[in-house]
Amino acid sequence: MIPAAFDYYRPKDMAGVLALLQEHGDDARVMAGGHSLIPMMKLRMAEVPHLIDLQDVPGMSEISIGDGKIRIGALVTQHDIIAHEGLAQSAPILREAAMQIADPQVRYMGTVGGNLANGDPGNDMPGLMQCLDAQFTLVGADGERSVAAREFYEAAYMTARADDEVLTEITLATPNGGYAYEKQKRKIGDYATAAAAVQITRDGSRCASASIAMTNLSDVPVWSQSAGSALVDTEVGSDAIKAAVAYMLDEIDPTEDNRGPVAFKRHVAGAILTRAIQRAWSRA
Amino acid sequence: MKDDVELTREDRVANLKGMGCARKRVEDARFTQGKGNYIDDINLPGMLHGDFVRSPYAHAKVLSINTEAAMALDGVIAVLTAKDLEPLSLHWMPTLAGDKQMVLADGKVLFQGQEVAFVVATDRYIAADAVELVEVEYEDLPVITDPFEALKSDIVLREDLAGQTSGAHGPRKHHNHIFTWEVGDEEATNQVMDEAEVVAEETMYYHRTHPCPLETCGSVASMDKVNGKLTVYGTFQAPHVVRTVASLLSGIEEHNIRVISPDIGGGFGNKVGVYPGYVCSIVASIVTGVPVKWVEDRMENLMSTAFARDYWMKGRISATKDGKITGLHCHVTADHGAFDACADPTKFPAGFMSVCTGSYDIPVAYLGVDGVYTNKAPGGVSYRCSFRVTEAVYFIERMIEVLAIELNMDAAELRRINFIGKDQFPYQSALGWEYDSGDYHTAWDKALKAVDYEGLRREQSERVTAFKQGETRSLMGIGLAFFTEIVGAGPVKNCDILGMGMFDSCEIRIHPTGSAIARLGTISQGQGHATTFAQILASEIGIPADSITIEEGDTDTAPYGLGTYGSRSTPVAGAATAMAGRKIRAKAQMIAAYLLEVHDDDVEFDVDRFVVKGAPERFKTMAEVAYAAYNQAIPGIEPGLEAVSYYDPPNMTYPFGAYVCVMDIDVDTGVPTIRRFYALDDCGTRINPMVIEGQIHGGLTEALAVALGQEIAYDDMGNVKTGTLMDFFLPTAWEVPNYETDHTVTPSPHHPIGAKGVGESPHVGGVPCFSNAVMDAFRAFGLRHSNMPHDHWRIWQTAQDLGLHK
Repeated sequence: MIPAAFDYYRPKDMAGVLALLQEHGDDARVMAGGHSLIPMMKLRMAEVPHLIDLQDVPGMSEISIGDGKIRIGALVTQHDIIAHEGLAQSAPILREAAMQIADPQVRYMGTVGGNLANGDPGNDMPGLMQCLDAQFTLVGADGERSVAAREFYEAAYMTARADDEVLTEITLATPNGGYAYEKQKRKIGDYATAAAAVQITRDGSRCASASIAMTNLSDVPVWSQSAGSALVDTEVGSDAIKAAVAYMLDEIDPTEDNRGPVAFKRHVAGAILTRAIQRAWSRA
Repeated sequence: MKDDVELTREDRVANLKGMGCARKRVEDARFTQGKGNYIDDINLPGMLHGDFVRSPYAHAKVLSINTEAAMALDGVIAVLTAKDLEPLSLHWMPTLAGDKQMVLADGKVLFQGQEVAFVVATDRYIAADAVELVEVEYEDLPVITDPFEALKSDIVLREDLAGQTSGAHGPRKHHNHIFTWEVGDEEATNQVMDEAEVVAEETMYYHRTHPCPLETCGSVASMDKVNGKLTVYGTFQAPHVVRTVASLLSGIEEHNIRVISPDIGGGFGNKVGVYPGYVCSIVASIVTGVPVKWVEDRMENLMSTAFARDYWMKGRISATKDGKITGLHCHVTADHGAFDACADPTKFPAGFMSVCTGSYDIPVAYLGVDGVYTNKAPGGVSYRCSFRVTEAVYFIERMIEVLAIELNMDAAELRRINFIGKDQFPYQSALGWEYDSGDYHTAWDKALKAVDYEGLRREQSERVTAFKQGETRSLMGIGLAFFTEIVGAGPVKNCDILGMGMFDSCEIRIHPTGSAIARLGTISQGQGHATTFAQILASEIGIPADSITIEEGDTDTAPYGLGTYGSRSTPVAGAATAMAGRKIRAKAQMIAAYLLEVHDDDVEFDVDRFVVKGAPERFKTMAEVAYAAYNQAIPGIEPGLEAVSYYDPPNMTYPFGAYVCVMDIDVDTGVPTIRRFYALDDCGTRINPMVIEGQIHGGLTEALAVALGQEIAYDDMGNVKTGTLMDFFLPTAWEVPNYETDHTVTPSPHHPIGAKGVGESPHVGGVPCFSNAVMDAFRAFGLRHSNMPHDHWRIWQTAQDLGLHK
């Protein structure tokens, strides 16, 4: 559990970060909370000759809410998410999800930006941000660009972010309606066997809109448009939920691991999604 | 002393904080402030650091080892391989089970994670870098991870034993076979089975798991070449035995070796054995003349140091139609991995598995165990239990449940009608043990009443109905377990380790001002010896526990003992402590009589003083006696007040308990929720109720882990699939339910204070209790047995196999 030697940098501004990324290319990695990258380095599964710590770069630790938008800096920790009263009011699904990530000690360090940028299929925030249709701000040598969460993930640990870019901010429209983040895990600190993020709005007795994403059931998070659509214009009864689940099961592609075989994961995915939809609808 | 006169007798008893007092643990002040002194806290001047090159293969020839690149790295002092150890005859070492084990790979590797080369460098980071630079050329060989396949295979795992038809425990039937061990009368058992009205059969796998102490294993060896003394600090549950083994292996005279176990962060059996890391750090220190530290990381601990269980158990149990058990037959295929490194008393290659008749009056029984080599890590230690007792108790408690199903009978009632009766103690079991004492019916009735057992069964039956009617997807399981432990190894006449009889010891010195130090041959790994042994002494000699220092773990100062495992500290060293205390008291009585100017027989001990019989105002406190012992010439009595006792127990002790677990199971996700856990323990005389409760919480938590998910799993290639705490289940406060503890007290008749040991009972009883709860939930749907660990997917699979998913 001892990493290979590496150089450690702690630039004071983003220009410094970008200069280092330019200089060292894919030999460099930026680090926020370090709770994904450091263990990988200790296991010598990730070799990072140049480690760039973002902690001294200003302007990425804020949460701001206004004009129907929520902005979350990349260095905002899971603990910050949980503790932020305004966020609990305007996007309670974030707190519900963050509460189910790892344990308090990890949540004090682990950041939203790191969780999103690492591209680990086990991370909870990517699926959640797809559910909420968030936009990620990426800053590179050529300036700033925005990529939709739903477009960001290409494969396990592969994202639309270029090696010399930094994910700096997450922006999303303030969600409406009922919500649920449902996660099954073997124990505290574990990744999901299956997790579902559901945000749903109601028009009278019928569903007006629904967005559904699931985590750790493929090499990328799975946002299923058809699963959401299956609920719209229904009363979210058992048939509609079954239809939504069926669409989702078509799109996930779990693999066997110590959490269990594929058949089990598919069954659990269905059960978890059913419960998430029911809970979200009950809150809509 | 004047103040004492004012105190009531009750006050004086309370001041001692002796037996029965819920005294706070004296160790915790340093542990909770981060001031413990663990192996990795030991840093000696000029110390070097060792790290292992380990095999990525489970079975392979080692064609070559090139250390050039590693040696070229700045700061690397040495890279040891088997070739370097061979001239010292240390490339192999004896195991505690009469086998031998490679210290470093000698021509081949036999399990993933096996030690191949030992790098020594000036700092820990350089050592880790150098490990990467050692080039090892392997030629992989076919891998066997299944013991049944091993017994049929032409592949010879242990080529070093080729042609040896006999091992330490008798004949070997096959080149991958280690031993056959038989207890009981198989012919008579078979006959009973043939004639029985009812016979229930079941095969069960008690999976491989690991004790996983929070602190991993490690050592710091320091050879002083000037005075020829070797000091070894290490994570040793048996420091004195380590000294003897180190002397025998190295040829260094035993008086020139000092072994020190500092604070140990949990052992649970993992730190009983001798590991290649210890040997390599010692050799490296002898070679370099400076101290060498080796501390394994978590993955190394899980992959290479001693595992537990891995027993395939096939059972048959016979009974009358009314449920009276008539016989028990058990055969075990024991997967010992690449080397037989089990930590059992020499004459017991399957430990005390023969206590598998449990708490029941079973007239005839047979146990056969076959040990087998496979390409898995060596070990086979008693993880929070006495030797193989968790396996034995799990086996019988499952057989009882299976028999209850066969008889269509309530499992609580079946237990009740088969318990050994209170008036049958001392009880001779069919497999040769003499149970010292017990009152099982009282404990069982108390437990069932406490949980309203009948009410629970009613609720369960309503739940089954609701489930069948589609009103719920949750089932309810009621887990029952009644266990009898066999601890306190043990009588020297039949228990030894490497020839060392399993006595234990205590040496007491009373200081002139009335405080004391006591040293024992055991070593606490978190059990709280410094707290509880002081309480035994306080009650025996009348000096407050707060004025008694307990010291263990330094072989230069402590008397020889066999160490701490198998709940033997209180039954053996605790007895030695009481006996040594009584020697102190006997001498003190003579001194007191002299001071009081009466005959020895005219004074009697009372709490903290000697009183003239019939004249309670005339007394001398133990403190006054101690002072006199050092400051006054007393005719016919040597100065000083010291005693030593070596205690050879006449028998084991047999703690027992009754556990009930109530569990809800989510049929669709396989998630179990423990609603209630009730644990009644009878450990005889209770020394410290708070320490007992802590022990029970800890043991139950490890039982929950093992029953519900903790395993060392291998794939077909012999790769460890559970090498980190991501996949190896170590419960946290989040996963642990509330435990309700309760007790009865049936003192051991042969132990000086009647104590029986408690640290392992909750694990022994807890594993079958949690497991039985899972399986009981599915009994109404036809489940007979399903193997542990009952993690989510396996519970789901059980429901799936029973057709409970629509």
